[in-house]
This record gives sequence, C-alpha cells and structure tokens, in this order.
Amino acid sequence: MAEKRPTPRVGLFVTCLVDLYRPTVGFAAVKLLEDAGCTVEVPSAQTCCGQPAFNAGDRKTAQDLARNTIAAFEGFDYVVVPSGSCGGQIKKHYPELLADDPAWAARAHHLSARTFELVSFLADVLGVSDTGARYDGTITYHDSCSGLRELGIKEQPRRLLGSVEGVTLNELPGAEVCCGFGGTFCVKYPDISNRMVEAKTADIKATGADTLLAGDMGCLLNMAGKLKREGSAIRVRHVAEVLAGVTDTPPIGETFGGEKA
Amino acid sequence: MQPTTHAFPENARKALSDERLQKVLAIAPAGFVNRRKQAADRLPEFEALRDQGRDLKNHVLANLDTYLEAFEAKVTEQGGHVHWCRTDQEARDAILGICRKVGAKTVTKGKSMISEEIGINDYLEANGLTPIETDLGEYIIQLRHEPPSHIIAPAFHLSKKDVEGTFRQAHTDLPPDRVLDDPKVLIAEARQVLRRKFQQADVGITGANLMVAETGSTVIVTNEGNGDLTQILPRVHVVIASIEKIVPTLEDAALVLRLLARSATGQEASAYTTFSTGPRRPGDLDGPEEFHVVLLDNGRSALLGTEFQEVLRCIRCGACMNHCPVYGSVGGHAYGWVYPGPIGSVVQPALLGVKEAGHLPNASTFCGRCEAVCPMRIPLPKMMRHWREKEFEQGLQPANMRKGLALWGWFARRPALYHAATRMAIRALGALGRGKGRFAKLPLAQGWTRYRDMPAPEGKTFQQMWAEKKGKR
Amino acid sequence: MADTSSARAQILGGIRKALGSAEGSDEARRRLAVHPRNLVPVRAQVPHDRQVELFATMATEVAATVERLSGLDDVPRAVAEYLAGLNLPAEIRVAPDAALDTVPWDQRPTLTVTKGRARDTDGVSVTGAFAGVAETGSLMLLSGAERPTTLNFLPDTHIVLLRRGQVVGTMEDAWDRLRVQGIAGTMPRTVNFITGPSRTGDIEMRIELGAHGPRRLHILLVED
Repeated sequence: MAEKRPTPRVGLFVTCLVDLYRPTVGFAAVKLLEDAGCTVEVPSAQTCCGQPAFNAGDRKTAQDLARNTIAAFEGFDYVVVPSGSCGGQIKKHYPELLADDPAWAARAHHLSARTFELVSFLADVLGVSDTGARYDGTITYHDSCSGLRELGIKEQPRRLLGSVEGVTLNELPGAEVCCGFGGTFCVKYPDISNRMVEAKTADIKATGADTLLAGDMGCLLNMAGKLKREGSAIRVRHVAEVLAGVTDTPPIGETFGGEKA
Repeated sequence: MQPTTHAFPENARKALSDERLQKVLAIAPAGFVNRRKQAADRLPEFEALRDQGRDLKNHVLANLDTYLEAFEAKVTEQGGHVHWCRTDQEARDAILGICRKVGAKTVTKGKSMISEEIGINDYLEANGLTPIETDLGEYIIQLRHEPPSHIIAPAFHLSKKDVEGTFRQAHTDLPPDRVLDDPKVLIAEARQVLRRKFQQADVGITGANLMVAETGSTVIVTNEGNGDLTQILPRVHVVIASIEKIVPTLEDAALVLRLLARSATGQEASAYTTFSTGPRRPGDLDGPEEFHVVLLDNGRSALLGTEFQEVLRCIRCGACMNHCPVYGSVGGHAYGWVYPGPIGSVVQPALLGVKEAGHLPNASTFCGRCEAVCPMRIPLPKMMRHWREKEFEQGLQPANMRKGLALWGWFARRPALYHAATRMAIRALGALGRGKGRFAKLPLAQGWTRYRDMPAPEGKTFQQMWAEKKGKR
Repeated sequence: MADTSSARAQILGGIRKALGSAEGSDEARRRLAVHPRNLVPVRAQVPHDRQVELFATMATEVAATVERLSGLDDVPRAVAEYLAGLNLPAEIRVAPDAALDTVPWDQRPTLTVTKGRARDTDGVSVTGAFAGVAETGSLMLLSGAERPTTLNFLPDTHIVLLRRGQVVGTMEDAWDRLRVQGIAGTMPRTVNFITGPSRTGDIEMRIELGAHGPRRLHILLVED
C-alpha cells in the first residue's frame, strides 16, 4: 500500500470467460477500480493467460501466451484480474514458465509483482473497506481454489461484502472444497465432476441463501449450471457485480424476468 | 497386485453408483480431516516442523547413498542382514529365500504398502506358504480377497455388516449362533483368531515407516500392536522397505514422527512406535533370532535428479487422499493399484508407466488441498502437471482435446483474429441462448450438459463493448 | 540366501549417477556423528515438576490410567487393589528386571507373582520403563535380558512402574539419556514408545481399545 501513486494506472486483464461470457463483470471491475481512484485501461493485445494450455501440459503454448500477456501489460502500475485462477497463473506461474528464457524471465517477475486479483487489490493494496453498494439479499460465498490457495484470498471478499448495505452473509460449509470445475476436468471426468458439484450445491442450498457469489467465472458457470439444472432459484453472480452495485444484468444462467422463460 | 488403473473412468463410474461406498465416503474422510486439523492447531510449531521435514528429506535424498551405506553397516554390525533389491521380483525372491532357509510355513505380516507393491502374499502362497495379515483392516480385506482402499485405513470402504459376513464365512470353527453385530465383538474375535497365528508364525514381515541410519534401526508406527507381535514372536523378522524411507539420526526420526501421527490420524503419537535393531541379544528372553532388511528400489532411484524427485519425501501419512475431493468421490479402489489419491496420481505413473496410469494425473482439478496438508510439502499438483506435460509430449492426450486446445492457442496468439472470432461465436451463442438464459443441451458439450445447464453468454464480448464505449468517448 | 551385492552396486551406482556425486558426503557423515536436534516444540520444555504433570495429563488423554505412589513399597498394594477393582485374578507376570527387585511383593501374599517372558495365559504383566516422555505421555521401554518385550504386548493388562525421575520432556531428551545410560551406546533389540493402550479404528472408523496389544495400560507413577 505504501507505493500507491496518487492515481494508480491499472491495466485490466479481462480473462476469457469474462470477456466472452459476462462482460458485466468486466464493467463492474472497472467501476470498482475507478471509484477507488484508479485510471483503467484495457489493452486490446490481451487474449488468454494460457492456463488451459499450461494445465494440459502444453508448455510451449503456455509460454507463448505468457509472453503475449507480459508484452501487452508493460507500463501499468498494476494489473488487476477479476479471477483467482488467471491471476494465479500470471502471478505464480509466469515466473516459473519463463525462468529459462533470459529475455523474458525478469519481465515475467516484474509483471507478477504488479498483478493482483480484483478483490484482494481493492482490500489489500488500495485499502478499500466499503464500496458504497447496496444489495438486498442473503449471500453465501464460495472460495475458488486458486484464489484461496495460490493468492490467499479468503477474508477480503467477506470483509467487503460485510460493508454492502442490505447484505446478510451466511457462511458456506465446505466453502474451501473444490466445486469440481477444474478447467477441462469437468468434461474429461464428468461423472466425478458432477459428484463434486452436487455436493457443492447441496451445501449451498443448505445455507438458506438466495444468492451465491464467487470470484471466478469457471466456478460460477459450473455451480450456476448445476443449480439451474436442479431447478433452484438461487441467483448466481460474480462478487464484483454486487460490490460494484451493478446488478441490472440478469444473474448467471437467467434472463430478464428471473426464472425460466 | 494387477493394476486396473488404465480403467480409471470405468472404476470411478462404478464407485459413484456404489451406494454403500458413497455412504462411507460421506463421513469417513471428514473424520480424518477434522482430527488432523485439531492436532495441527494444537501444536504451534506444526508449520515450522513441516518446513524442517521437507528440508530434512531433501538433504537425505541429496545424500541417499551415504545414508544407505551407513544404515547397512549398522545393521550388519548388530547381526542383521541387508538385501538390496532392484525390482519387485528380486524382493519377492529375497523374502522367499529367507523363508525357505528356515523352513517357514506360516508368515505373519504387519501393514506394509511395499509388500502390496511387490505382491508378496500371492507369491508366498503360490510357493506353499501361508501369509496372514495381522493389521485388522488388512486381515479383513485379505479374507475378502480385496485390495486396500486407503493406505492408513485399508478397510475404509466396508461396513460392520460386511465384516460380520466375512468373519462368519472364514472363522468356521467358532459357534455359528454367536452374536457379531458390534465392532467390539468383531475386534475381540479377530484378536482371538490372530493371536493363535502370531504364535504359530515362523517368519514375521513388517514394513518400515522409517529407517534410521545412525543406529541401523527400522521403525514402525501402529495403533494395534500387531506389528510388534509380528516381529517379536517368530524366529525371523523381515523388514521390507523402499530406499527413500531412510532418515539420518534418532533426532530426525523424532521430527518425522511428530508430523506422521498428526497428519495421518490426528494423534499426538500412535499407540506403538517401535524401533527395531537387529536380532535378539545374548540373554534376551524373547525377540527374533534373525533380522533381515529387504531394501527395495523398484523405480525410486530413477526419480532422483528428475522433476519428480520431490515425491520421494512422502512418509505415507494419507493426508493428501483424506483431503482430496476426487478421492472423496470415488474412494481408493478406483485408482486401481496400491497407491491411491494424489500421491498415487504422481507415483503410479512413475512406477507403472504413463500408459497404464495416465488417467490419474489428469483426474484432478488442481485444487491444491493435498499440497496444503502434505507434511513434507510435496507440490503434488505441480508433479501431476509434469506428468501431463510428458503425456502431451508423447501425444497421449485425447485427440479432440489436443485439437481443441491447439485451435484455441492458435487464436490466442493472434489478438486481432481472436477478438474477431470470439465476437462472432459469442454473438451466435448469445442469440441461441437469449430465450432461456441457458442451454440444457449443447453440441460438442455433452460432457458438460449431461449433468448441468450451460449458462448463455451475454452476446457481446467485453472487448467489443469496451471498444464501442471508447469510440463514443 | 541369494547374494544381492551386484544389485547393491547397481542401486548405489544409480543413485550416485543421478546425484552427480562420487563417494559419499562429509556433510552426511557429520550429521550422523553430531546428530543435531531439529526444532523441538516448547510444550515439554518446562521445569521437571510441570513435565511430570504434563506426562500424566497426556497419558490419561489417550486412555492410560495413572496412579501416583509415594514409593516402591506401595506397589504391591496398588497392584492388588487395581486388579481387584477390575475383578481380575490376582496373578501377575513380572519382568525379571533388577530395577524391580526391591518391590516387596511378599507383602501382598494374595498376589501370585511369577517372573519371565509373557506366556499365552498371562493376563497381567508388570514392567518398569526406561523413561516417560511428557510431550506425548509416552512410555519408553527397552528390551533386554531382564526386560522381555512380550510382556508389553501379550497380556490384556500392562502395568508399568515409572519413577518420577524417569520423566523427561521430549523424545530427544529420551534419546540423549539412552546414549548416555544405555549399554555401551548400542541400541537394544527393541525400543518401544507406548502411548496408551492398543486400539483400532478399522471398523467403521470407530475407535476401540484392545486390538492386539493390551487393552489396559496402568501407569504407577512412583515418587523417587
């Protein structure tokens, strides 16, 4: 926090799933960052952080995409990511991926040092304690694995949600247990993934919450898809949407007018 | 034990529809998880001990030859014998040779994963001996001709009714009308039956949780006391252990023991931690007359100097599988061989090859819970990723997945094309999904839509909308 | 017995090649000679009085029972009453341990006392111990000509005489004592660390006592 410039210049790493699936989250992130006093740019040279390739064992593609990302984000004070898994890829894995490339190793470290997941950036770096939003509902929160274990995101979203007027927070039993998404895992081992997400939705429903939040679109698509298949009315959103008070887009998997058409 | 690891998806499917197994899995891992947490929370130095455990084992591996030689020298000095075995076959032959030399008939066994790995029970039986498992869980599954489903609790998957059925079938000289509905009674019966076997045994085989180079001692950690009766009653005590189990000194053993019991069962210490050094001394009233240590390599030394070396720090506590959501969904048998769970996912490809065990490192979400609880801080997800890299290099990943990711990668390297293509695809998908907001069925995505709906995208990409906004500014 | 020396050469050779090392390491040899302590938890690094209390607490926690006695003279009465209280026959198998020689068993003629290794029919054993480890409430027992290990495992009930002065803080402290007081610095055949009675959780994860070893562990903590 000590190194904050008067107006931090933030590059937003949108992430594929937000870019393709739910731009609302990207705009919520921009709003949160601008409200907190940052200028935000979205370099168009960014595409994918490379995690799918990395986890599939394709190091070469992962390295190429890492270089692409590094180049696209040079010059920003901070790089902020509305995702624990993409954030973790950049912050924790880029340096190791490019450790043997003398032209890029230092640049990878430099990007890693400037990269933060969105909620932890607001809370830990900018010291935001209240986003001034309002949301009427009972929320339960799922801890995405990468965010939790690679980036230490646990208290920050709960603290910030606690400041949102109208919110009741019910802790999710097994919040730290994987939802079963795991990238290609959910389509390679669908039976096991299904068991894991079933256990997750059972826990979610048992909290009595009407809203489920998390910080990762992969987890959210997985859990929302299952909740909808089970006929649940629980509304699923990215945590940024509630923190930014940007809830005019229908929840994930729904249309305007709420439940099924 | 013949591996069925190649059939992991099929094994998993069976496990998922096995209602009895699912009932056990709903409760048992949680017990281990809670107990481990309590034990770790109770010891303020626990995290620091994990660091020291990792550093100690790294030091051992970097000096493995020196410590093994020192161990051997001490064992020999005390009147014991060390047998070096490169493969499972050599280990089987060494053990059979020891048994034959003393004309053994009955062989009692303490719990040992290595003994499963080399398939010693079947081999001894085929050669006319009678091996008897004495750990209660191992005894039960031996009677049922089943493999263990967990490295600490081998009969994890069974109910007390299962055990009752097995005992009635096996203990035919006991009154058939006896009551056997309670674990207490079942245990008392096993104690009675096995006590006779302990006394009859000519040779007792145990594993070793640790070997101490300083003193030439092997160490077992049990709660039942069966490992002790296995080694002090027969004429011959054979220890079977893989080479990486060695620690330098008694102080180092103390360090590892603090981590082991807490991580495995949440105990401060197991009921019996026993250091065995050589045969009985002159004047001793009991104890074995011969002491043999069968040192097994079977692929371990091949991991030294590779990116998989860190897996040799494993102390077989089982914490990783207790915390793994995949193991918690399918149980141990689905993994098809001796070592299940996250450690199995790294070790099985190393010992059995990537063709046999290739599914395991892929059947993970990399949630990282295993690494978070491993007392030796083994980076298990990273090791699994290394296996995926090997499979990728060898073209072993499923073709459609490889092609899909390659296509994605091609576009992702070319931002302008990527944005244009995704813009179009999302517009189409968004239009299709606008009615309901989600898809119950989607071509090319049956793996997903079999069990869940696919939410619909908003219909425009963020990049597209941002560019439009900037255009307006 | 097959000679495994060529396997030995290959295994060690393979290790050395992988490590890029030639002939063993001084660092390792030094560690063996010096046997430095690793991090030792502070829990049991307390004054001796507190160690004794900690030992009793930890042992009781794992279902051992602890009885305090003022002296060895009190042992026969304590043993007789303990067995009577459990309705067990007053027959004990005692270790022929010189350390137990001064126990006045004849003061309690109703107790049938025999000495030697454990037999099938022995229901109750009485042994001494080398040390009590306070950190975990563990008893350290050494095998020897006068201390047959079978007494620790075969009978249903195991009674251990532990003198107050034998309580140490940690396993490291216990090893140091063994190095100093042990026979010419060599290990006995068996060193048992016993922490509570035998138990298993192998059936439906329910912990039951008395799997193969004793179901009762009774510790007589004797003032020196």
